[in-house]
Amino acid sequence: MDTEHPDLTESLCAQVREAAAGRYALRIIGGDTKRGLGRAVVGEPLSLAGHRGVVSFEPSELVVTARAGTPLAELEARLNQAGQMLPYEPLLTGPACTLGGAVASGLSGPRRPWAGALRDFVLGVRVIDAKGQALRFGGEVMKNVAGYDLSRLMTGSHGCLGVITEVSLKVLPKPRAQLSLRFELGWEEAARRLAKWRAQPLPLAGACHDGKALRLRLEGGEAAVAATHARLGGERFDDQWWQRLRRFELELFDDPRPLWRLSLPPGTARLPIEGEALLDWGGAQHWLKSDAPATRIHAEARRCGGHACCFDGAQVELPFTPLDAVMLRYHQRLKAQLDPLGIFNPGRLYPEL
Amino acid sequence: MLYDEHLDGALPRTDLAELVDALSAIRPPLELLSSREELTPYECDGLSAYRSPPLLVALPDDLEQIGEILNICRRLGVPVVTRGAGTGLSGGAMPLPQGLLLVLSRFKGILELDAERCLARVEPGVRNLAISQAAAPHGLYYAPDPSSQIACSIGGNMAENAGGVHCLKYGLTVHNLLAAQVLTIEGERLSLGGEALDAPGFDLLALFTGSEGMLGVITEITVKLLPKPPSAKVLLASFDELEDAGRAVAEIISAGVIPAGLEMMDRLAIEAAEAFVHAGYPLDVSAILICELDGVEADVTEQCARVRTVLERTGSREIRLARDEAERQRFWAGRKNAFPAVGRLAPDYYCMDGTIPRRRLAAVLERIASLADEHQLRVANVFHAGDGNLHPLILFDANQAEQLERAERLGARILELCVEVGGSITGEHGVGREKINQMCVQFRAPELEHFRAVKAAFDPEGLLNPGKQVPTLARCAEYGAMHVHASNLAFAELERF
Repeated sequence: MDTEHPDLTESLCAQVREAAAGRYALRIIGGDTKRGLGRAVVGEPLSLAGHRGVVSFEPSELVVTARAGTPLAELEARLNQAGQMLPYEPLLTGPACTLGGAVASGLSGPRRPWAGALRDFVLGVRVIDAKGQALRFGGEVMKNVAGYDLSRLMTGSHGCLGVITEVSLKVLPKPRAQLSLRFELGWEEAARRLAKWRAQPLPLAGACHDGKALRLRLEGGEAAVAATHARLGGERFDDQWWQRLRRFELELFDDPRPLWRLSLPPGTARLPIEGEALLDWGGAQHWLKSDAPATRIHAEARRCGGHACCFDGAQVELPFTPLDAVMLRYHQRLKAQLDPLGIFNPGRLYPEL
Repeated sequence: MLYDEHLDGALPRTDLAELVDALSAIRPPLELLSSREELTPYECDGLSAYRSPPLLVALPDDLEQIGEILNICRRLGVPVVTRGAGTGLSGGAMPLPQGLLLVLSRFKGILELDAERCLARVEPGVRNLAISQAAAPHGLYYAPDPSSQIACSIGGNMAENAGGVHCLKYGLTVHNLLAAQVLTIEGERLSLGGEALDAPGFDLLALFTGSEGMLGVITEITVKLLPKPPSAKVLLASFDELEDAGRAVAEIISAGVIPAGLEMMDRLAIEAAEAFVHAGYPLDVSAILICELDGVEADVTEQCARVRTVLERTGSREIRLARDEAERQRFWAGRKNAFPAVGRLAPDYYCMDGTIPRRRLAAVLERIASLADEHQLRVANVFHAGDGNLHPLILFDANQAEQLERAERLGARILELCVEVGGSITGEHGVGREKINQMCVQFRAPELEHFRAVKAAFDPEGLLNPGKQVPTLARCAEYGAMHVHASNLAFAELERF
C-alpha cells in the first residue's frame, strides 16, 4: 500500500447498509463531473472522493491498483513518471474526474479503436454490494477466468449494480514516437482511405474527421512512425490536439446545445441530424451538438446499428438509447438480483433500472 | 469429481422416455443418441480423468431445434450441458447422468467474412483455426490461439474465455469478440454487443464470455480480425538460474517492450520437448525463454536489439535469434508440443492453470518443487511468462491406485499457492468441474452468493450446466476452506443443500 490517504471502505459500507435499512436511494459520486451523463438521480449523495490513492503500482507487472476516488489526473501523472499510460485514454470530463467515475461510465478516448476499450484493461474491482458488504472480483493478473466476469459487468454499469471502490487496471508502456497528421479532404474520401488502412498493419492511434479534414495520429517505434509518415504524407499538427479532444476543449464543445455521443459501426458517415459534429474513432464515435429530439437521435443511431447517449441528460427524457423489451427484462432481472432494493443510482440509465 | 447432489444441490429426476418422446416430436427431426456405445465418446471432455455418461445426447442442425430443445428441457426440468468440440481442460462440458448433452459440433458455418470491416460472423461449432485460415487470403487472422486451436470450437472459446500464447499483446477471447447471439433457457434470443465498439446497457457480452455455458447457449459469434503483422522474430535464451529468467521477463517489460509471446520452460519440460520434437533447445540449463516480437519490420528489429541487451544483462548463457521461418517454427514447435512431450514421460499428466504476479515466479517455482517432493511426484513447468499464466504438469500413473488422488492433492496445493501470492486458480482453462473446490479458496461466501445471483437472473431454475464454476456454500463448507458458521453466515436465510 503506498497511499497516505485513509481507507474509507468501512464507512462506505456502513452508509450503504444505512441506505438499505432506511430504504433510500444513493447517488454515487466521485468528482461529480459526469452529473449530466444520463438521467438525474434523486438520492442521498454517496461520495467516493475521499476514498483515493494508488494502492499499488508495479511497472514491470503492467498493473496499477487505485481507489475509486483517485483523480484521473493524479493516476495518469503517476503512470507517466514510469513511462506508462492508460492506453484507452479515459475521457476527462473535468479536473476533478475520478477513476471510479471513468470505470463506472466505461468511456474511452481517441485511441480506443486500436488500443482497446477501458473495459478491456480492467483486471479486477472491489465493490460494495446491496447488503453493504465489500466484495472483490478479478485481481491483479492479466489472465483470470475464475467465476463470472463481474469486473467487466461493473464497468460501464453507471453505478446501477453496486459501488466500485477500487480498480486494478492493466497499463502499457507509452509509445516511443507519436506524430499527428492532417489531410484536407471530405468525409467520403477519408472513409475510403480509413477502410483501406484498417486491414493493414499501420501504427494508427487516432482518426478523427472534423468536417473539413481528417486528422490521424501515428504511434509506435520511431522507424515505423517515420516510414508511415513518408508513405501517407499529410501536414503535421500539434499532438496536444488529441488531449484537447478527450478533455472536451475543442471549439465544438462550446456550442450551447446538448452534447451527444453516438457509438456506431466504424466508417459511419455524419447522420442526418441538425447540429455540429465531430467524427472520431474513424467514424465509430460521433460527438454531436444538437437540440434535435432525443427520440430522433436514438432512432438514427439505431438505424445505423449503434446507440447514443446524452451528456446533458437532465435536458432530455431518455439520454440512453432504449433497450428492446427482452434485453430490458434481463437487465431488470440482473438489477433485481444485485440491487433488490433499488438503492444504487436508480433510474440513472433507464427509468426501469 | 462426479456431481454430488449432497454438495452440489439436488437435481430434478428425469424420465428418459418422456424426454425422448418430446424431443422426437421436433421437426425436422434431430439426431438423439442414447445407447451405451453412442454415449461413451461424450462421457468426458479434454479432462479425461473425470467421466460420466450423459442421459442423452442431442445433435441439432439448426437454431430452431436448439430453441425447442431448451423449451422442452425447461418444461420437463432437465439439466442441459452444452458442448462444442469437447477439448476443454477443466471438465466444463462434463455431462450429467440425469441431463441432456447439447452438442453444437454441427454448427460449422462461417456466415460472413468481411475483410474490409475486419470481422467474421460464425456459428459456434467453427474451429478456432478455421477462422484464421478463412481470413488468411485477406492478410487477416483471429488472434487468440489456444494450444488446441486446430480442434477447439469458437463457441467453447467464448464460453471459457480461452487464451493462448499471445495474450499479453493481443488479449483473451473477451478482447477479440464484437458480438454474440445467445438463447436463454427460457428460449429467448439475446443479441449481445454489435458492430459499434460498445453497446447500450450492461456489458452482457463480457458477462457471457467465460460464463461456462451457465447463463445461456451461444448460437452465433462475431469475432474481430486483425491484420497479420508483416514481421515476426523469435529469440531463444537459456538460463542457468530460474531466478535470472524470471528477472529477465520483468526487465523486458520494464524496458517498454510488449512481446507477442513470452514463454518459459523449466528443465524437465525442455528435456521432454527436445526428446519429442528436436527443437534444438539447449539441455543442461534451468530454464529457457522464448520471446517473439512482431509488428512492422523496423520496430521489430529495434525491439529485438533491446530484448537482447536485457537478456545479456540478466545473465542469459546463450541467446539465439531464429535465422529463418523454419527455425522460428522449430523454436515454437517445442513449446507448442510441450504437453504431449511431457505426456511421454509418464502414463498420465495433470495440467494446472494458475496465474501469478510475474515477480513471484522464482519463489513459486521453488515452492512447487518442494510440494512435488512432498507428494513424491514429478512436475514439469511450462509458463506463459508474459502474462503470468503457469501450467505445471503433474506426472503420475492413473493405474497406480492412489496416484491420481495424490496428483489431485498436489494440484490443489499448487492452486492454493497461486491464490496465496495474489494470483488466480485459473488463467484460461476455466473452473468447470475440476477447480470447483478451489473456488472456495479464491472467493468468500458473499462473493459466491453474488455469482449465484447473476446466475439466477438468467437461469432461475439452475438448469444450465449445474455444478460447474460456482460452488455451493455447502460444498465449500465441506471442502473446509471457508469458515461457515451459523452465527456469521452471510445470507443465513437462504436454502442450503
